[in-house]
Amino acid sequence: MSDLVLETRNLVKHFPLTRGVVFKKQYGAVRAVDGINLELRRGETLGIVGESGCGKSTLARMLVGLETPTSGDLFVQGKNMSRVGAEERRRGRRNIQLVMQDPYTSLNPRMTVGDIIGEPFEVHPDVVPKAKRRAKVQELLELVGLNPDHINRYPHQFSGGQRQRIGIARALALNPEIILCDEPVSALDVSIQAQVINLLEKLQNELGLSYIFIAHDLSVVRHIADRVAVMYLGKIVEIGTEDEIYETPTHPYTQALLSAVPVPDPKLRGQRDQIVLTGDVPSPADPPSGCRFRTRCWKAQDICAEQEPLLQIREKSGHPSACHFAEVRDVVHATE
Amino acid sequence: MTDVNVKMEALAGVDPNALPLQVKDLHVEFRTRNGIAHAVNGVSFDLRAGETRAILGESGCGKSVTAQAIMGILDSPPGFVTGGEILYRGVDLLKLPESERRKVRANRIAMIFQDALSALNPVFTVGFQLAELFRMHRGMSRQDAKARAVELLDLVKIPAARQRVNDYPHQFSGGMRQRVMIAMALALDPEVLIADEPTTALDVTVQAQIMALLAELQRERNMGLVLITHDMGVVADVADRISVMYAGRVIEEAGVDDIYASPAHPYTKGLLESIPRLDLKGQELSAIKGLPPALTNIPPGCAFNPRCRYTQEVCREDPVPPLYQVSPSRTAACHFWKEVKGDE
Repeated sequence: MSDLVLETRNLVKHFPLTRGVVFKKQYGAVRAVDGINLELRRGETLGIVGESGCGKSTLARMLVGLETPTSGDLFVQGKNMSRVGAEERRRGRRNIQLVMQDPYTSLNPRMTVGDIIGEPFEVHPDVVPKAKRRAKVQELLELVGLNPDHINRYPHQFSGGQRQRIGIARALALNPEIILCDEPVSALDVSIQAQVINLLEKLQNELGLSYIFIAHDLSVVRHIADRVAVMYLGKIVEIGTEDEIYETPTHPYTQALLSAVPVPDPKLRGQRDQIVLTGDVPSPADPPSGCRFRTRCWKAQDICAEQEPLLQIREKSGHPSACHFAEVRDVVHATE
Repeated sequence: MTDVNVKMEALAGVDPNALPLQVKDLHVEFRTRNGIAHAVNGVSFDLRAGETRAILGESGCGKSVTAQAIMGILDSPPGFVTGGEILYRGVDLLKLPESERRKVRANRIAMIFQDALSALNPVFTVGFQLAELFRMHRGMSRQDAKARAVELLDLVKIPAARQRVNDYPHQFSGGMRQRVMIAMALALDPEVLIADEPTTALDVTVQAQIMALLAELQRERNMGLVLITHDMGVVADVADRISVMYAGRVIEEAGVDDIYASPAHPYTKGLLESIPRLDLKGQELSAIKGLPPALTNIPPGCAFNPRCRYTQEVCREDPVPPLYQVSPSRTAACHFWKEVKGDE
């Protein structure tokens, strides 16, 4: 088997907009995710960044099987998940688990920690025999840095950071190869954030996991990711290694996004070349023709409205960028 | 802006030469069923005209409660201000009756909140809500007030203000809603603006727009800004002076350059080190171990001692470390500030 653990080909999710109560008539669609091609290799961390409404969470939900794609293919370890039978799909899902954003609502308040972490075994009973499950749960608790004796406690007895650890333990229960983290630290305080990021990195080294790490915090993604994809209105606009995206961004949106991040160093105040975008993100129900970023782009010309720029390596860009005028621009002088 | 101050209600005892805002030894507690939560335990800071004071801290450190106490919008009960002074140009707001305090609120000290959707009234148009301020505080007619509302929306750069003034809050995007809140806060031309996490709910590109707008308006009006936030990037970008809070106390107070260059309190230092940085890529982040204390049960001595790597016996005992004078313009509440600052 190759090193490729996950691949998507032209993955699309449209949510229909309907009118009428009894005779529903579709008059449009929210194009949440519109043709995504991704590859994830073993042991790699792929970061996905983008602002709210860009479709990154819908993409995550499709990858773990919580949402059925409108079209396109999803391959998990070489198997096309939309072609295989129900039983095999269920087994495939075991390999890809989700860590959710909000540790306060993603854990059932009426279940003990032991039940929460052990619940995956009831769906997939063949992973750990019944008699050994409690011991396995305690082992998982220890792995994520919690006290195994707290197995009978309820979620409200833990702090936010500890709850996120419980969510991570639950995701690890079925020995998955891929963990999908959807904004895993954005609900946490800075000092706790660092603890959880360290834990995720430790687990990756120990268990050889592959991560898809979705976040809007660009500095966190930069810290953890090997490769980064930037999304805008349901499409990937630029993809490359962490260095390529952060050091030599070529898509105007990536450049604007990076320049907007405040740098925690007062000495750089006023020295940064900050691009302040005007206007709001257009509605995904009615995206602009051609390039979807053109309505807010300072480089936009006629061709941008007529022809959709493909995500490909271009003359002035060493990595795939979906802009007709892709060009390196030094936006952040982060290194002193 | 034109003649906003025409009918400003008079407030007795105002000394125009005193600082626009001074908080002295403020104490706030919440009397809950599970005991008394000591949310604010002696917070002091000054704010000059045109200055930006950042109050930096994590959830539960008392920064929002401090802001609510200044505005006089603390939920009471369970919250009570149990000590200290809040001076607006020399007048102690805590001693004023509610009717007098209303003249200060929005007129002289205004506030913007984190979540604009829940701070605005969903059943009235934004125009009505803006106009209400002028009708109540300035006694303007409906028509004049509405015209002023349009002017304000223009001021905060909302496109097509004349049409948007009749829209309801849910018809605006997150960033536009935050602009409406800013318009509302600035309507009566206050001298002090308190911004409680104004951009936390927004995306970075929108955050950049809003911070640029706030900075511009502040410069135009020479307004004092109290910026409450946990985002150290934003603070580095806009603040002049910083108060770092932990467990209801200011544990370090200094100019922005000093704090970032050489923090003198282990908590500040820990916070700065836990930000992912470029040169530390691939390495473990240095996290602050443990959790902040429960406000009902703050440990004796320095509240940070169970999480601190400099802790010694003296830190675990009362009294709480005083604010040591680190340099003429900065203080830190750590017995070992020299070591903390020194080994940078």
